[in-house]
Amino acid sequence: MTQTLPSPGFDITRNGEVAIIALSGEWTLDHGRRLEEVARQLPEQLGDARRAELDIGGVGRLDTLGAHVIDRLSHDLGSDGVRVEVRSASPLHRTLIDAVKRRGLQVAPQRKSRFVDLLSDIGRTIVNFGHDLVRGVSFIGEIVVAIGRALFRSSRFRWASLVNQLELIAFRGAPIIILITFLVGCIVAQQGIVQLQRFGATAFVVDLVGIITLRELSILLCAIMIAGRSGSAFTAEIGSMKMREEIDALRVMGLNPVDVLVVPRILALIIAMPILSFLASMAGLFGAGLVAWLYGGIAPDTFLARLQGVITAKHFAAGLIKAPFMALVIGAIACIEGMNVQGSAESLGRQVTASVVKAIFMVIVVDGLFAMFFAAIRF
Amino acid sequence: MDAPAPAPRLAPGDPIIRVRDLVVGFDERVILDGLSLDVKAGEILGFVGGSGTGKSVLTRTILGLVQKRSGSIEVFGQDLDKASDAERRAIEKRWGVMFQHGALFSSLTVAQNIQVPMREYLDLSPTLMDELAALKIEMVGLKPDAASKAPSELSGGMIKRAALARALALDPEIVFLDEPTSGLDPIGAAEFDDLIRTLQRTLGLTVFMVTHDLDSLASACDRIAALADKKVVAVGTMDEMVECPNAWVQSYFKGERALARMKG
Ligand SMILES: Nc1ncnc2c1ncn2[C@@H]1O[C@H](COP(=O)(O)OP(=O)(O)OP(=O)(O)O)[C@@H](O)[C@H]1O
Ligand SMILES: [Mg+2]
Repeated sequence: MTQTLPSPGFDITRNGEVAIIALSGEWTLDHGRRLEEVARQLPEQLGDARRAELDIGGVGRLDTLGAHVIDRLSHDLGSDGVRVEVRSASPLHRTLIDAVKRRGLQVAPQRKSRFVDLLSDIGRTIVNFGHDLVRGVSFIGEIVVAIGRALFRSSRFRWASLVNQLELIAFRGAPIIILITFLVGCIVAQQGIVQLQRFGATAFVVDLVGIITLRELSILLCAIMIAGRSGSAFTAEIGSMKMREEIDALRVMGLNPVDVLVVPRILALIIAMPILSFLASMAGLFGAGLVAWLYGGIAPDTFLARLQGVITAKHFAAGLIKAPFMALVIGAIACIEGMNVQGSAESLGRQVTASVVKAIFMVIVVDGLFAMFFAAIRF
Repeated sequence: MDAPAPAPRLAPGDPIIRVRDLVVGFDERVILDGLSLDVKAGEILGFVGGSGTGKSVLTRTILGLVQKRSGSIEVFGQDLDKASDAERRAIEKRWGVMFQHGALFSSLTVAQNIQVPMREYLDLSPTLMDELAALKIEMVGLKPDAASKAPSELSGGMIKRAALARALALDPEIVFLDEPTSGLDPIGAAEFDDLIRTLQRTLGLTVFMVTHDLDSLASACDRIAALADKKVVAVGTMDEMVECPNAWVQSYFKGERALARMKG
């Protein structure tokens, strides 16, 4: 639209006690700032007048904002003890002003102090953490019961869903996990060789890489990737179903959302995780062997022979035992966060982030606990 | 006197929306075929048609959300195909839309939803914007405490009202309402019709309203257009619709005949 429209203004003439205020111009949204200015200046220039006549005959277009400002103006002047009358409004302007006037003036809600807000935020966070913990434990219990139920009454188990999830988690996740552990295996071996060379102990790089890959690296990398890849997907899927009342729809049909949505996903994770962890170990060792050969000059047969000497079944088992527990933790956190999604798109995003962050954190905590446990039993 | 904005290129008496020979389809399916329709400035036009016949598709095509295959659409006397980006923005500022399912932004409160177009197009202080949002909220008949609620905390009827408030945020000249009263109880629906009537009178709106609700058509609409066989088969007042020979229109308005007679 052309911007040549006259901007709003006013003109005050005194007639004894009475101030006659002639408004002019376009009282519309486009002139919002100017209207506010007018509304601020006008009362100051009124002097000691006890009565005012607002002559709006000169106003061109008027919309709800203009009408609101006129209404607020007469309200404000009124509370300063000035009697205000709105004059010579066209019928259309009159209806609009009346429509706006019928509604009481809205006062913006007051803010509490920042300090109180901060304290209550801290308190709420701590309470929420406690709730999270309790809910997490009870949810894991619920999942275990549901898995038990699924195993004993396998006729009602959702096999199709399980297979579908297995494909998504294990089959499609495998390449990236293999690639990453391969690269990390290479890097660890290279660093190990550089450091150990100074002591003339290059051959020990096989011990280093073998143990660290089997016991820690493969499972940790695997768990972190799965938390990012599959945990986030679980949360988003379940969360968006929650948002659109699909979970409620399941419930009222007599289906338990835990049975339908959570159990197949978590079982698939529990099955997929050891497989992926095994693949990750192999890829890591392969990468390490490659670097040891090309960079450290350790021939593949020497590498394998030494590996065989160093690695016992318990190193291998120590990594694999952790896998199902990691899977359970990741899956449970992802599903809980999904169920916690509220109605908004923003809450979905927040919950997905929380799911990934919490899952990675808990994976590392669980890994630490296992390390302490294995150390205590000398495993 | 000249309260509703005089559109720059619109001669008096010209339709504010003019659709000619519109063809719209998805893949192989043609939904609208050779549809023509005029909406006059200042009227409430009710648009009826069976479920799935393409009422929402027509609305979305006029709004530019669905691609048309051929035909022309003029809004405010301006061909939408020929409008530059700036002109389009100017047009978009002058219409408000209420979607069939509300389409409120879920991460914003009701007041913030109403303020989205204000922030985009206007230069207002936050206080004034809050006041204006509160005003719109009250105008559509919501309680003031609805302002700070999230869309997920609203009932179906409240969502409709909040969506209407957002559509009215910029005091548009045309509002498109897609089934504003569906899902409301009869009393709530009647109130909503009154509300639209009142707003249309006070704000000088032109309303394009898709509806299935015979009561809305009878009480709120100036004219009615019926969609059948991919075209507008009849346009006119309630009485004229009852007289229309088209089979679908007949079956739709038959039940209403007695009521229309009583009124006449
Ligand atoms: N994006 C799309 N892609 C493919 N087909 C679509 C799309 N949108 C709508 N349709 C089809 O176009 C037809 C008309 O849909 P539309 O939503 O306009 O119906 P409607 O008249 O508004 O019905 P209702 O009264 O139920 O809202 C339907 O058959 C629908 O399947
Ligand atoms: Mg529709």
